[in-house]
Amino acid sequence: MPQILPPNANTFARWTIIGGVIFVILLVISLTAFARISRNRVGVPVAQPVGFQHSLHAGELGIDCRYCHNVVEVSAYSHVPPTEVCMTCHSQIRVGTPQLAAVYESWETGTPIAWNRVHKLADFVYFNHSAHINSGIGCNHCHGRVDQMSAIWKAEPMTMGWCLECHRNPARYVRPREEVFNLAYEYPANQLEIGAQLVEAYNINADALANCSICHR
Amino acid sequence: MAVRRGIQETNRVIAPGQTYAGVDDRVNRPILQNLTRSPIWWFLGFGVGFFFLMVYLYSVTTLIIRGVGIFGNNVPVAWAMPIVNFVWWIGIGHAGTLISAILLLFRQDWRTSINRFAEAMTLFAVVCAGMYPILHLGRPWLFYWLFPYPNTYGMWPQFRSPLDWDVFAISTYASVSALFWFIGLVPDLATLRDRAQNRFVKLFYGTLALGWRGSAKHWQRYQRAYLLLAALSTPLVLSVHSTIALDFAYSQVPGWNNTIMPPYFVAGAVFAGFAMVLILAIPLRYAFGLQNLITKKHLDNCAKVMLATGMIVVYGYIIELFIAWYSGVEFERYMAYNRLFGDFAWAFWALILCNAVAIQPLWSRRVRQSQVALFIISLIVSVGMWLERYVIVIVTLMRDFLPSSWGNYYPTVFDWSLFIGSMGLFLTLWFVFIRLLPTVATSEIKELVHHDMHHSGHDDDHDAPTHRAQPEVS
Repeated sequence: MPQILPPNANTFARWTIIGGVIFVILLVISLTAFARISRNRVGVPVAQPVGFQHSLHAGELGIDCRYCHNVVEVSAYSHVPPTEVCMTCHSQIRVGTPQLAAVYESWETGTPIAWNRVHKLADFVYFNHSAHINSGIGCNHCHGRVDQMSAIWKAEPMTMGWCLECHRNPARYVRPREEVFNLAYEYPANQLEIGAQLVEAYNINADALANCSICHR
Repeated sequence: MAVRRGIQETNRVIAPGQTYAGVDDRVNRPILQNLTRSPIWWFLGFGVGFFFLMVYLYSVTTLIIRGVGIFGNNVPVAWAMPIVNFVWWIGIGHAGTLISAILLLFRQDWRTSINRFAEAMTLFAVVCAGMYPILHLGRPWLFYWLFPYPNTYGMWPQFRSPLDWDVFAISTYASVSALFWFIGLVPDLATLRDRAQNRFVKLFYGTLALGWRGSAKHWQRYQRAYLLLAALSTPLVLSVHSTIALDFAYSQVPGWNNTIMPPYFVAGAVFAGFAMVLILAIPLRYAFGLQNLITKKHLDNCAKVMLATGMIVVYGYIIELFIAWYSGVEFERYMAYNRLFGDFAWAFWALILCNAVAIQPLWSRRVRQSQVALFIISLIVSVGMWLERYVIVIVTLMRDFLPSSWGNYYPTVFDWSLFIGSMGLFLTLWFVFIRLLPTVATSEIKELVHHDMHHSGHDDDHDAPTHRAQPEVS
């Protein structure tokens, strides 16, 4: 009987070992990339029933964030404004434009506009907006430059690791309370110093912030 | 003289008059036969195993669809048959590693004939056992959270929990056992490759044999690696079952929080494992006609180890009861009372009957040489060691600190079908193994044959080269 494995089996055997290593590396890289892209959808604009432009309202017109999202300072849940808030202006302004059809329909029928949620946390996460606003965490820190977005997308991944990054080092991200709604705020060069003072002043208990019960109640 | 020779014959590890080719014919020829010409017992055995494997898969599917509540577990008894069976299976595996690794360190040549199938038994028992820690989870699809890996949650496993140590213990045990087994197989796979006639069979074994040529360098490195792995497996096997013992001993439950648990669990594992080795070896030597290679000496030695570890287990029972009384703690005393006279006292007394009483005939040489007796005693021990885990896990949990949290436990049909199904998984793997791979390590047996042919009659060490003059002792 001739040789059972031909000489080119050597190459095959060698490449099986090298290829195995390469395969594992590629698998890890692609799984990581897949996790980033598919789960988080950072930077992907979400289609809405009404083409609401934050860049127009908060950017050009300079409306304060709290005009529409008015319970963000006092409530755990920062709500989406009801149709009535739209109608405070649009009962007079640009009446009848096709872009606003869904708003008028909602006003006439009494059915709320079915906005598509962009920042969806799992129900086992209890997120409290007012706690962050009152502790000097600015809107743009988590939501990005909303005043420059024509359609809303996620600026940050909203993963638990990302949350914990700040909860473990709040001094790196805390800003003065009066700057919270300033979307153009930039952290100063001596942020760590100022942040430490603010953590002290706002009574932020950094040691307990990464405990399970803070979010998973 | 005749009497003396008779005793010597039974004391031999392999029957006299073996040749290299004879060993190969005995072990390797049945494997290389056409699959359709397999003996009828093989088809029957594989069929039974495969049927129960389907029962297993049905139970697992039902478990995943309907949830972990299909088991009879309840709130005081949240660990029940899945854990009992897990500890039972993993215990069975330990004898295989004891035979292949610990006996190698002690240079026991009687391990040679039984190590291959004992290691296979280990591997398949670990497969059966390793499924339970996943299947008993309420959300088995999240089992990978038990592994430390960088993730977007910023979470790591709790390294203080023995249940996480279990993950490391079992995954290490499974991979090291598989590696050890495969390294031992490589020279034998090369033999199969060279003896095979069919091209595809040759290619199959040739690929698995990784180009083994049997050169002096190969053998030198092989021996080194084998011994190193044996030295690594020995502490591994002792720590794996100790880790599993810590699942219980780490808790505060009276009857679990015993410091004797780790060595006592390891002894129990070897005890149950040797029982399983005997259950498998006795039919195997008939099925393949291996009586000349797996001799009565092996059965006798296995029975002795079983007796020795069995007596350690009996010591464990006595110490548990003694300490329960000696502690002066009412919960400990009640635990002992509940085991001896409670609602589930039958389990304890059946366990004593199986593990303490049934092994006593093994003191007699005649019983150790009788295969029927050994087979029956091994079956009884397997049942007894299952009952031991039943008593430790379930009967203990039924009654602990708060009488308002006392309960009972009754297994459901799925508790049983998963257990019997896991035996199907074991049997399926076992029958595939004995059909495809040599059940006996032929290359190591040939060393014994070599020793018999060239060194019989004088007691010199095998490694001492006979052609060189012995150094003068002054």
